[in-house]
Amino acid sequence: MASVVLESVRKVYAGGVEAVKGISLTIPDGNFTVLLGPSGCGKSTLLRMIAGLEEISGGTVSIGGRTVNDVEPSERDIAMVFQNYALYPHMSVYDNMAYGLRNRGTPKDEIARRVADAARLLAIEPYLKRKPRALSGGQRQRVAMGRAIVREPAAFLFDEPLSNLDAKLRVQMRLEIRKLHNRLKATSIFVTHDQVEAMTLADQVVVMNGGRIEQVGTPLDIYRAPSSKFVATFIGSPAMNLVSGTVVSSDEVALADGSRLRFDAAIYAPGKGAKVEVGLRPEEAKVESAPGPQLPKLLCDVTEELGATRLLHGTLAGEAFVLALPSDAADPGRTIPVSASPANVHLFDVESGRSLRRSADV
Amino acid sequence: MERRALFGGKVLPYSLLLPQFAIVVVFFYVPAVQAVWQSMLMQDAFGISTEFVWFENYTILAANPEYYRTMGTTAVFSVLVAFLSLSSGLLLAVMADKQIKGATIYKTMLIWPYAVAPAVAGVLWLFMFQPSLGMLAKALRSWGIDWNPLLNGNHAMILVVLAATWKQISYNFLFFLAGLAAIPKSVIEAAAIDGARPMRRFWTIVFPLLSPTAFFLLTVNIVYVFFDTFGIIDSVTSGGPAGNTTTMVYKVYADGKLGSDLGGSAAQSVVLMAIVIALTAVQFKFVERRVQY
Repeated sequence: MASVVLESVRKVYAGGVEAVKGISLTIPDGNFTVLLGPSGCGKSTLLRMIAGLEEISGGTVSIGGRTVNDVEPSERDIAMVFQNYALYPHMSVYDNMAYGLRNRGTPKDEIARRVADAARLLAIEPYLKRKPRALSGGQRQRVAMGRAIVREPAAFLFDEPLSNLDAKLRVQMRLEIRKLHNRLKATSIFVTHDQVEAMTLADQVVVMNGGRIEQVGTPLDIYRAPSSKFVATFIGSPAMNLVSGTVVSSDEVALADGSRLRFDAAIYAPGKGAKVEVGLRPEEAKVESAPGPQLPKLLCDVTEELGATRLLHGTLAGEAFVLALPSDAADPGRTIPVSASPANVHLFDVESGRSLRRSADV
Repeated sequence: MERRALFGGKVLPYSLLLPQFAIVVVFFYVPAVQAVWQSMLMQDAFGISTEFVWFENYTILAANPEYYRTMGTTAVFSVLVAFLSLSSGLLLAVMADKQIKGATIYKTMLIWPYAVAPAVAGVLWLFMFQPSLGMLAKALRSWGIDWNPLLNGNHAMILVVLAATWKQISYNFLFFLAGLAAIPKSVIEAAAIDGARPMRRFWTIVFPLLSPTAFFLLTVNIVYVFFDTFGIIDSVTSGGPAGNTTTMVYKVYADGKLGSDLGGSAAQSVVLMAIVIALTAVQFKFVERRVQY
């Protein structure tokens, strides 16, 4: 077990494309960190640099206090679970798991013991003699995990390991990975573009965009206090609504149609008259029973029934807006007066997209 | 769910099979049966009368020590060519699979020799190693090697082996390259993370995964060395000196065409055919079992 520390790590490809633009990040010992971002944000490249599969163009990567920039992947004491599992197709499940140990000259009985332990942990004991092609997707995934576990490495790296599984299995494996982490307490770095995976698995979420870190924090931090418009709209489903507005007083913002929303002056302190983007999560917007003169109105045109919740799509102050209601709520009609608790109203700078919080890095 | 179109009747499937079937019959079965028939005939010295002699051609062949020598030559030749062309093809493919500058040019250049006709390839090597004119022969002489494939049987053998190998490397290279490209990169990366150094990675991961390709190539190469090297041998050494490079297929030609012993030559070709069929069968039975699909 070890911590992983990145210091202004950069990746520039031969063509001059800069995929990772100086990332500094500390992953404490035993921490489960999720690198989250859209495709092309550099998260996989960053993981592959930690693994040693990509050359590091600048900065340093250290694992357990040792700088590993020029260390071969095999010597970095890490294990990786790949998106396509990358099992050795010609080896049995047992041999797949034993391969890494054999390469390191582990004694035979020790290998047998570790493989048996991992197989029990992952419930793949009945398949040890099978070849990977005779396994289902979920079983292959377990074998890939088993291959990582038996090595007892300093850190586990996961490269979108769940994205090849069907939705049901993905939820199940997600839970198992978290359970496994709770048991093994191994430093883990998990790359995904799926915000739900990030929210459920992580101790620490790193939201990446365009080769840079947008925000680092616990899942709840990221959800409740997004540091930028990008994070705000990337986390949460459906995405946070953004409506442009103008600050009219120390705790009120006016929208384009003249309606007003209150925000928490203890959190935000924008200048009066400032143009801002007002963020409001669909699930945190409230339906008012009676229209007030200054309440924003959602003109609903489509309703989506999801079973537990109902999504009302429409426009608010001339901009697209979604509102989530419990399915058992009464039908609010077509024109819906909307309000929100001041604590749930987010303000972002129009130009930079950064949050206008007093301490922006919360 | 597998979906497939089903067509009723027998006319369509049979008519679709017909072209392939016709080709096999006309170019394989008919000549093969003719050869078997021919091998039981014997002509007099002037070719005036033909007599049906059952297996006399075969008994004559079996009693001919020169024929066993030819078999030995063929064994040496085929093992050397198959081994050298497969191993160099694999080596070059592994090298070309690395991400290097100019890889495409390198690959194209390596594929070219396959487009050269066997006889032309033979002539190329003949010129390069011609004792009095060839550049390489001169170089060898300057190093104190008394190079003369026209007189020295071993030299002649080395020359035809080189020419035949060179000709076949491209083919093997191409297939090995395709085989390498089919191995997922992540599997190799996983092995690297699992602590396997490049050589170990090659023997424990890459090579086993290439084994279907290698098996296919082994079969193709056996057929190549037994039959298709005729052009090279004919143009480089004509089976000489003193029959040192006369392989079985060359002897079929030499005895039948040059020696006008049609019956004996046909018997040889039947034996050759039987050997190749047997070898292929053995390969499928024993080697294929170890192959990872």
